[in-house]
Amino acid sequence: MAVQIEILKNVPYFAGLDTSELNSIARLMFEKKVDRGEMVLLEGESADKLYFIASGVVKIFKTSAEGKEQILDIIRPGQSFNDVSIFDGGPALASAQAMGPVVIYGIRKSNLESILRATPRLVFNIIKVLAGRVRHLASLVEDLSFKRVIGRVAKILLEHAGDGTSGPRPRLTQQEMAAMAGSAREVIGRSLKALEEDGVIRLDRQRIVITNKEALKEIMESPA
Amino acid sequence: MSEMPIIEAEKCSGCGLCVSVCACGALTMVGNVITVVEVDDCGWCAQCELVCPNGAISLPFEIVIEEL
Repeated sequence: MAVQIEILKNVPYFAGLDTSELNSIARLMFEKKVDRGEMVLLEGESADKLYFIASGVVKIFKTSAEGKEQILDIIRPGQSFNDVSIFDGGPALASAQAMGPVVIYGIRKSNLESILRATPRLVFNIIKVLAGRVRHLASLVEDLSFKRVIGRVAKILLEHAGDGTSGPRPRLTQQEMAAMAGSAREVIGRSLKALEEDGVIRLDRQRIVITNKEALKEIMESPA
Repeated sequence: MSEMPIIEAEKCSGCGLCVSVCACGALTMVGNVITVVEVDDCGWCAQCELVCPNGAISLPFEIVIEEL
């Protein structure tokens, strides 16, 4: 199936372009269908294409040497990824994996450069997109380096824990825990996983079971 | 009857991203409305909550201390 103009109209990179300009761009793009779990991009690999999501969701993440994953961003329809390596010429900054069936539109760096030469006002759109990306990543850096989110999550769990017998307790979503910890939803998932790997809690479908209350208290109280 | 993700209809834009990431078939699109189907293997992975751009899906956790 060809690249659809209606979808390109919702891409911030191409905001303000008319149909004939979008048609010219669409001719330089290609469509790719990706299955759930498939890797679209691997961190560190050479990548000379910029991607846009036409439908579905892709997660952008980095993996530590021990295999721990930190989600950097969730990319939804209209949004782009691999922008950084396209513009600085370096390797892919992070990996990208389809969270379900995904349709992506791609464009080669050389073709994007031709478009920018023909339509220089697009540069302002791109600067806005990249500035938004910097703002998002700076906020994530703040979360990961200064806030010691895992200690806050431990505190939230201890404050909201019941013994399972004394009547209904308020239940919390990960989104609510993120709001309470002043952190991003992506960081909360990682913190819960880390606590589970440490054997302090167990995720048991819709229950978070505190298996070692004393250790959780220590995590809550330990300095940054 | 097992508990299933909660959809707040007034916040839901019907974009269908939750349906696309749901691996167990608990979420389907009927017309433009997200519908929850009771399935046995919903593992409460919360991917649908993560991808929802409007905060329309909730997967609340009960927090309990294990009795030794």
